[in-house]
Amino acid sequence: MILGRIIGSVVSTIHHPVVEGRKLLVAERLDSTGRPTGGYIIAIDAIGAGQGETVLILDEGNGARQILDDTDAPVRSIVVGVVDAVDLETS
Amino acid sequence: MLLGRVIGTVVPALLVDELAGTPMLWIQPLDCEGQPEGDPLVCADGTRMAGPGQMIYWVASREAALTLDPSFVPIDDAIVGLVDEVRLYALEDST
Repeated sequence: MILGRIIGSVVSTIHHPVVEGRKLLVAERLDSTGRPTGGYIIAIDAIGAGQGETVLILDEGNGARQILDDTDAPVRSIVVGVVDAVDLETS
Repeated sequence: MLLGRVIGTVVPALLVDELAGTPMLWIQPLDCEGQPEGDPLVCADGTRMAGPGQMIYWVASREAALTLDPSFVPIDDAIVGLVDEVRLYALEDST
């Protein structure tokens, strides 16, 4: 899984059936210190994540299909958790 | 999934049976602000409704092979949907 921050959403009326009724979120990728890496990802929302929240994004197809309960879903990225804090052991 | 813009169409003369009739489009990948990022690639159009100039979102690898009907065809990049609007919260706040 990767860390991301929700920075936007995508509005789409014509799409694959798996997107129907689901929210597409734009998340910027974060490194372990919480800084944006410059990359982004469009992920389906499974938990109701909102603007500015740091989230856990599952970026693997089989896991995403398991959550969507659809063995044929063309989805790889799905928001599966909201992060309260990231603690890093500093040596 | 990532954003992209349709910049052209590809007309194959011959395709494997599984892909017969599938629209093939040139896609320029975009960053989240809509600026071109990376090299263009050819996507199969699972929606069958994308055209030049349209912003889309696309998926690669195994997931691409699941976008068409019937699914699991030999493709590695495919359009999942058409973008009406990308709402970036920070940009909305600053205007």
